[in-house]
Amino acid sequence: MESVSARGISSPKRVVVAVCVFLLSFLGLMVASPALADTVGEEYDYRISGNVKNEGEALASVRIVVSGDGYSAEVVTDADGKWAIGVPERAIYEVTLDESTLPEGIAVLEGGATQSVEIGPSGSVVQNFFIGEGERVVITLFDQLVQRLIYGVNFGLMLGLAAIGLSLVYGTTGLSNFSHAELVTFGALMAYAFGVVLALPLWLAFPLAVAASAGLGWVQDAGLWKPLRVRGLGLVQLMIVSIGLSLAVRYVFQFFVGGGTMQLPGSGATKIPLFGAVALSTVDLASMAISLVVIILLALWLLHSKTGKATRAISDNAALAAASGIDVDRVVRIVWILASMLAGLSGILWAYFRPGIKWDMGEKILLLMFAAVVLGGLGTAFGALIGALIVGILVETSALVIPSDLKYVGALVLLIAILLVRPQGLLCRIESIG
Amino acid sequence: MSSNSSPEKVQKTTGLHVGTIEPGVKKVDAIISMDHVHRQFGGLTAVDVEHLEIPRGAITALIGPNGAGKTTLFNLLTGFDKPDTGEWTFDGRNIAGVPAFKLAQMGQVRTFQLTKALGLLTVLENMKLGAKNQKGESFLRSLFPFLWKKQDDEIAEKAMRLLTKFKLDAKKDDFAASLSGGQRKLLEMARALMSDPELVMLDEPMAGVNPALTQSLLDHILDLKKEGMTVLFVEHDMHMVSHIADWVVVLAEGRVVAEGPPTEVMKNPAVIDAYLGSHQDVDLGTVTGRIPKISE
Amino acid sequence: MDWGSILSNTAQSLLSPATMAFALAALGLAVHFGFAGLLNFGIAGFMAVGAYGYAISILTFGLPWWGAALVGLGASVVFAIIMGVPTLRLRGDYLAIVTIAAAEILRLLFLTTAFEEVTGSADGLFGYHASFRASNPFPEGTYGFGPWTYNEVEFWVLVIGLVLVALAALFVWRLMHSPWGRVIKGIREDEDAVRALGKNVFAYKMQALIIGGVIAAVGGIVYALPSAVNPNVYVTSLTFFVWTALLLGGAATVFGPLLGAVLFWVLQSFLSNLLPALVSSGLLPMVSSQQAATLRFVLVGLGLVLLVIFRPQGILGDKRELTFVK
Repeated sequence: MESVSARGISSPKRVVVAVCVFLLSFLGLMVASPALADTVGEEYDYRISGNVKNEGEALASVRIVVSGDGYSAEVVTDADGKWAIGVPERAIYEVTLDESTLPEGIAVLEGGATQSVEIGPSGSVVQNFFIGEGERVVITLFDQLVQRLIYGVNFGLMLGLAAIGLSLVYGTTGLSNFSHAELVTFGALMAYAFGVVLALPLWLAFPLAVAASAGLGWVQDAGLWKPLRVRGLGLVQLMIVSIGLSLAVRYVFQFFVGGGTMQLPGSGATKIPLFGAVALSTVDLASMAISLVVIILLALWLLHSKTGKATRAISDNAALAAASGIDVDRVVRIVWILASMLAGLSGILWAYFRPGIKWDMGEKILLLMFAAVVLGGLGTAFGALIGALIVGILVETSALVIPSDLKYVGALVLLIAILLVRPQGLLCRIESIG
Repeated sequence: MSSNSSPEKVQKTTGLHVGTIEPGVKKVDAIISMDHVHRQFGGLTAVDVEHLEIPRGAITALIGPNGAGKTTLFNLLTGFDKPDTGEWTFDGRNIAGVPAFKLAQMGQVRTFQLTKALGLLTVLENMKLGAKNQKGESFLRSLFPFLWKKQDDEIAEKAMRLLTKFKLDAKKDDFAASLSGGQRKLLEMARALMSDPELVMLDEPMAGVNPALTQSLLDHILDLKKEGMTVLFVEHDMHMVSHIADWVVVLAEGRVVAEGPPTEVMKNPAVIDAYLGSHQDVDLGTVTGRIPKISE
Repeated sequence: MDWGSILSNTAQSLLSPATMAFALAALGLAVHFGFAGLLNFGIAGFMAVGAYGYAISILTFGLPWWGAALVGLGASVVFAIIMGVPTLRLRGDYLAIVTIAAAEILRLLFLTTAFEEVTGSADGLFGYHASFRASNPFPEGTYGFGPWTYNEVEFWVLVIGLVLVALAALFVWRLMHSPWGRVIKGIREDEDAVRALGKNVFAYKMQALIIGGVIAAVGGIVYALPSAVNPNVYVTSLTFFVWTALLLGGAATVFGPLLGAVLFWVLQSFLSNLLPALVSSGLLPMVSSQQAATLRFVLVGLGLVLLVIFRPQGILGDKRELTFVK
């Protein structure tokens, strides 16, 4: 039995799932009648469809939700129990059958009400549920809340890694770096390059990807930001430079990898039910663990190491720090390398969380990163982490009350609200004027 | 800009106070009166003034060591900062919490320690900005020049008169950024006068000005008094203060430790302590009352 | 390589609705940033409000096209006020972040399936042209010459677009050469100084935000007039392209944004015709034709970087007048 990696899930399970999906889609192609099912998203090229039946009897008005890769949509089955949802990418999606819309006494019997499904080469896939008489597993609101909370913490930790770097760069140089998102994408792309294209074992590929990110950070500071600082460019100009850079780099990424979504090995791993409604895959757990370990190491470094303390000194008052003999340029260089490493790592984790790697994946969370940083207080690393956790939890839990394709809106509104009420963020003390 | 080698004797205004001279003494005619003004930054008390009145028609100097709260008090009075507590009146009207721009419209103008001559506008444009009640500044009216052209020309004439007085008329079309530091100070002062203010508040007018220009600036400030305006200025230069100020208020650690005519204030031991620290082993707080004196 | 069609397509883009829309958006941004110093990175949001306001008014409320246009403009005023009240007191880089967030919130609201009935969600809106076409004064026929040949509908759009651009430019020119413009330029450099001179700085900034926003919304409407309204158009990248056009032409001038928009669009059009042709004729080895398209945007990004470092005043601007350059 070959195993994909030390971190991945065992491959036989994946093979079984793949075979089932293939058979079902083959069946589906033969059975599906066109254009009669209730459909949504017809403009997209790929489809997930299904037929909800209880012992041969079609069930109408059952709600199906499809989400993944930043996209989400829902539909209700028609009179024949049929449904179809168009999806924009050939990626992995979660299909959820809303059991509360099933008739009394009917529930999903096997496999759970949420299934993962991957669009194969045929471009469409069928997902059906095993339905029969039975007690449906009632997920209380509390359970759902806990589930969302845990996902939010997972997302928040990953976001935090990226946000901390953004905040540190702002703190030491005053730059609001709009190209930080591309560092996140870069990490994921490097992981793909090493882990899939070069097919190196993941325990080697991931550190190499992080090292490559560190290298990119070094190159950026040495080749661009330091010369510009020396040239004396104003902060607004630097910000616009970062915007132009983000545009150029993003499209360079698209140049090399195209517009599609790629997966890292082990994506879409099955979620293991833990407690309540919480189900996490080994990848999720590993991601949270890695985030926590890295954050703790970073905290120790910031608090106790000489360079770490120097970083905080510069964030507080750069002129004073320089006058006290701190080599500001050296510390800034280290901060750039560190921020890029963290962003790269965050990118790899983001690739597993979405799941999927795309040329503009970083851009999708850039605003959330800014929200986290502003929320916690521009320039503080711990603030960025706390801000990221709050943003992550808010994004995931808000999906309970607002339509899931609006879940980022909550975080963005929070960003604006915070700037209204407490612009210095949660952690910064208010500074005196003049 | 010739200056006399020995400045002529300046006519000082006297009889401004009512009663014994002490911090918070009432004035015969106060243009500003403030009560219980308190401003704190974190743990630091920047301003803590019980009662202070500024006399009308006179030149009052606000002095004190660095960090005494002079600029903070200035910012509070001019609406650039909000106090934690406090009330004050301008011409009898309660103005605590009134935004800065409204105060300027009411006749109270200020200059800044770091000169804010708008470098990217020309000298004449700077001056025109200073004028009040400009029809052309309203968005809708600005679109129709015939509604504001005449007034704009009148404003330009007034600006030229002031510029000539301040000897900046030759530079009217130059960008203000091309002026020297001293010229920018003069421009800021001239610009402040465009609105015919009642009270002119100058934040360290002599800061960064070369000594040759000092006499000229002093003369301009004295002119303000001649034309009936009240002047309040913050300064470190004691010679300047004793030369032109009619009244002096001394701040230390945010509190008024002394006030009075310059000659009296200079002799006040509390003031000498605050500045020169002759009791250097004693905490300044004993002078300001922050630390109660332990009597033997 | 068919130079004929490459050049002819490029020439055509000189007067296309997209170019005119872009010119209006850049002009609006010039009012915001070039003249008032407001770092508005949500200009795409204003264009979206104009376009969606226009289309929704026709499709959902059945208004005639000019009524719908007024609604679009009114909506942009409301958006400016909602955006301005919390953010105009904020420092520069905060304002930049908030304006991007506001535009993104707007786009997500237009994209969500929750409002699909009205906004068309990911499909967008189309098929609202009847009333506009009905009011076309030009009889059926072909107008123009060479690469600038139009049928009567395209010509109608062109005339409307050009008139609007000219009116907007005149409007902004008048404004900036008046005392109101003087106050705005002062605010751009130092708010506190202007406040100390008795001007209500917040009110002026709000006015600038509204004016620039309305002009950008007109751009959105012009863009939507002949085609469709699609949420994928009004993304943050669009804002960045408008910024590039503005900086290219000269941020603090009236003709700068117009020149910059035209140059930007013509360059884009030239490259989008040239690059695939280079690929297909084998002059660009190792590059596929899809990749050729992305090269264009890489060049835009690089162009913006070089522009803001080496010539931030753009083609028509005066470096002495710029406040964001040290």
